[in-house]
Amino acid sequence: MNTADNVVEMRSISKGFNGVSVLKDVGFDVRKGEVHALAGGNGAGKSTLMKILQGVYQADAGEILIGGKPAAINSIQDAKAAGIGMVFQEFSLVPSLTVAQNIFLAAEPLGRGGLIDDRTAVKRAREVFSEMEVDVDPRAEVSRLGTAYWQLTEIAKALAQNAQVLIMDEPTASLARHESEALFELIDRLKQRGISIIYISHRMDEVYRLADRITVLRDGRHLLTAPLTDVTPEQIVEGIVGKKIEGQLSYRARDHVAHDGAPLLEVRGLNAGNRVRDVSFTLRPGEIIGLAGLMGSGRTELARALFGIDKVDSGDVLLRGKKVNLGSPQQAINAGVALIPEDRRAQGLVLEHSVQDNLLLPLLGQIQRGPLLDGAKGKELSSSLIKRFAVKVAHPHRPVRLLSGGNQQKVVIAKWLGTDPDILILDEPTAGVDIGTKSEILDMIRELASAGKAVIVISSEYPELLAVSDRVLVVKDGSIIRDIPRSEIADEEYLQFAVQGV
Amino acid sequence: MSKVNTIAPRDTVAPRNFGTVLKDLDWRRYVIYIGFVVVFLFFAVLLRDQGFLSPNNLLNIFRQTATITVIAVGMTYVIACAEIDLSVGSVAGLSSVCTAMALSQWGLVPGILAGLAVGLVVGSINGALVSLLGIPSFLVTLGMLGIAVGVAQWITASAPQPILNDTFNMLFGSGNFGPVPGLVVWSAIFVAIGAVVLNRTRFGRQVLATGGNRNAADFTGINTKRIKFQVLLISAMAASVAGMLYAGRLQSGRFQWGSGDELSAIAAVILGGTSLFGGFGSIVGTLFGALLIGLINNGLILAGLDSSQQQVVRGAIIILAVAMARKK
Repeated sequence: MNTADNVVEMRSISKGFNGVSVLKDVGFDVRKGEVHALAGGNGAGKSTLMKILQGVYQADAGEILIGGKPAAINSIQDAKAAGIGMVFQEFSLVPSLTVAQNIFLAAEPLGRGGLIDDRTAVKRAREVFSEMEVDVDPRAEVSRLGTAYWQLTEIAKALAQNAQVLIMDEPTASLARHESEALFELIDRLKQRGISIIYISHRMDEVYRLADRITVLRDGRHLLTAPLTDVTPEQIVEGIVGKKIEGQLSYRARDHVAHDGAPLLEVRGLNAGNRVRDVSFTLRPGEIIGLAGLMGSGRTELARALFGIDKVDSGDVLLRGKKVNLGSPQQAINAGVALIPEDRRAQGLVLEHSVQDNLLLPLLGQIQRGPLLDGAKGKELSSSLIKRFAVKVAHPHRPVRLLSGGNQQKVVIAKWLGTDPDILILDEPTAGVDIGTKSEILDMIRELASAGKAVIVISSEYPELLAVSDRVLVVKDGSIIRDIPRSEIADEEYLQFAVQGV
Repeated sequence: MSKVNTIAPRDTVAPRNFGTVLKDLDWRRYVIYIGFVVVFLFFAVLLRDQGFLSPNNLLNIFRQTATITVIAVGMTYVIACAEIDLSVGSVAGLSSVCTAMALSQWGLVPGILAGLAVGLVVGSINGALVSLLGIPSFLVTLGMLGIAVGVAQWITASAPQPILNDTFNMLFGSGNFGPVPGLVVWSAIFVAIGAVVLNRTRFGRQVLATGGNRNAADFTGINTKRIKFQVLLISAMAASVAGMLYAGRLQSGRFQWGSGDELSAIAAVILGGTSLFGGFGSIVGTLFGALLIGLINNGLILAGLDSSQQQVVRGAIIILAVAMARKK
């Protein structure tokens, strides 16, 4: 291969953290004016590789060539100077400044007397946007713009710094469909201008729409690099998934589902925001349904709408055949719905408080005697929950912060089960949890369903979804596109294809 | 440009006509000016017989707010950077004392340098603790509030330090520059430089960026630790100049000068529209915030309220104004 065509070439990159190898001898290159897709499962090493290219991390071994010449990229500034631009997910702009001020932040054009010339900045920002052929007002304050504009501003910021390579990480995750389409057209135009793009995405339709070549990583190793004309989506999915040993995470049929009984929960034509569109499904007592979908497909938003966090625009929710109004989490809890959120540290626990206090937080009404809390009753209740869910804790008065991720998650689940909900929604219940605790949590979920509760599990990890779900609903662009009984799902690959819609 | 590709606007930039301009106008940022005019007119009508509008009284308002204005200009940088400085009042007191002592000992220039040195030293300590050790500025400057006033009381044995140097007194607060009171000139200089630096220099922009989104500022290559250090230094330096203005106006140095000014300065900055959460700052707003507080003080005195009543009304007005400015 002629290396002179490569704007960026990474050779034999290795990187480890605390003795754990994350990247092993990985090669990656980008040609001028190409869109190069980068794919791989969680922990495959994509983001580490890109952070090395951006100068956030330094490789332990290997070299980086920019335009065919070896380059030392030891800081974000070095990467920028080498023409590498990153389109971050929403957090790299200053909301209180205008679009133009953000684009030229720390590189402002100076006028007379060394003072910032904002008029020139606005003019140059306008030029960048007109080259991108998009219409954004450079004088608008960023905090007043929608997500799509943030992204355009970030792209303009990178281009204004003469970036030759743009790294985009799941750029469509927070965009509506027509916004994504506009982004794709922009990417096409950037390509024609000779800008190269590294496109990280799990969405095969986008990858095939945009990319010239794809590189797949698995477990820190380079698996394949090929033009998309030479590989099928099946090969890519297989490459990402690999042949995993399922072991503990296998499905066990349970016969507790009352198939002909009345549904516990019925959702009809639910719309909420622009991420939940015309969703209808039913949930029976004792049933576990899994929600499968890509990042940003609207699974979490559906859960939030059912729990009364996001406003429902239209549609009905029926509990035991009766219409209910879930306008706030309090109403949802009273109706018997519990949500165990995605980010347990931020949303599910008061980390500095004790295990006992956390467990009792939703149960304070039960342990009240007159205006005061009944300490003995609280202690009894919390220790019964700790025992029931086998939370490994030295003492119930120790802060939750000291527990392992898995045990923290058990506390979150136990906390909500103390309220004895009929319907339990779990969003990514095993994220960041070791495999042993994972199977314990999955057992907890099965046990709950067997006791007659109805459970909705959201998970990006298909083996886990397949291990517990009696039915899998596939969510795409805010709508449920398929409703598949577990018995019809042969393996993980089948589910992958269903989610990709290929 | 062959084709303009517009992503459907969610909440932005409609074609400008008068109606949308009015609707888009973030009037909460300008509430201070509206409030200033309303309060001014209110007093002008209510207190017209007490001489509220007399040129002398109006100049007095400027004179009385000068030290707060100077402190608040520095405070605007700190708050726009999402930090806080509670030590400014006692820094002013310490600076007045050190200036007075050095003046009587060694003369004019050493006196001025001693006052500035107080700001330099305290600001550097505050800045270093916040930016290098990562201690929240609230705690660092709360501690420094006690230390500075304690040192000032200690070295003077609580006694006032008279200043007999007329040049110093004329320059710092007692005299006039032509027809204009010196204190007014001092606040004008601070406001002018403060406004230009915050709005029109890279440093000012980096202060706003650091306060608005520190992550983004870091990723853009801004040394946010240095910025945090610098804003705390600026604030302490401004406070030390304010201390000298107290010393010159009252012709003595005393540890009590400036006590409680941190609260007035913070109120002036917030009233002026600077965001308590950082990212946005307005020096001209701060000036009007300080003037509004001065206006209220002056009007309440003329109206014959005693000082306890003044405090109640002042507190209520500040809460009201901030609530109006913040509610979204």
